[in-house]
Amino acid sequence: MLQISYTDYEAMRTHGEETYPHECCGVLLGKNEAGVGNRVQQIVRAGNTRTDSAHNRYNIAPQELVKIQRQARGLGLDIVGFYHSHPDHPAQWSTTDFSEAHWLGCSYVITSVEKGKAATTNSFLLTGTAEENKKFQDEAIEIAIAEAQANQ
Amino acid sequence: MNIHIPTPLRTYTGGQETVSVPGATVNAVFEQLTAKFPELKQHLFTAEGKLRSFVNVYLNDEDLRYLPEKEATTVKENDELTIIPSIAGGSVCCCPLK
Repeated sequence: MLQISYTDYEAMRTHGEETYPHECCGVLLGKNEAGVGNRVQQIVRAGNTRTDSAHNRYNIAPQELVKIQRQARGLGLDIVGFYHSHPDHPAQWSTTDFSEAHWLGCSYVITSVEKGKAATTNSFLLTGTAEENKKFQDEAIEIAIAEAQANQ
Repeated sequence: MNIHIPTPLRTYTGGQETVSVPGATVNAVFEQLTAKFPELKQHLFTAEGKLRSFVNVYLNDEDLRYLPEKEATTVKENDELTIIPSIAGGSVCCCPLK
């Protein structure tokens, strides 16, 4: 299961709307908790370097990832997943998403953005022990709304 | 020198995010790293001993691929090596909305 605050969940979806008709992308920082799953404590927006085909491809520059990993380390957090949008495509992983997924144990969140409006958001856990046996597994998203409500 | 390990590979370093091994070059450091944590080897290198295409390695803030001497680059004790698998994808090859 992926646990995320309502604020971060909405921020991911808003990012997809802002970059429409291009794909957005970002990194989920948090902790993997045994028996629970990946708990997101912060999301970090990243730039999409695929300017040649940004409507249906994304890539985060490794240099930016190094900085984000350093930032996570400073906060005592880990990279536990990634998110991106599918403009006018379903919130399902594509063969491209799968072949380019290498972070085993991490959550890959996809939001479909239909005509500029965020629609469905799904999460897929990359399971397996190696490239040769990796699989995407549907993963439930638990959105923590208590804090958001308490602040209203 | 310190080597920063990405989340998926910490399974093979006993959960350590940062490991420290000696070595005068990047190659030597990798040899020490995989000697200390043998299971890492297959995840970082191909059967031919080359870094897997999706594995990025940064020496401080420099991409190893673009350093003139690549893996033969000399390193100092206070340098840092970061291993970072690539992140990419996209909806291409995914069915369009009906």
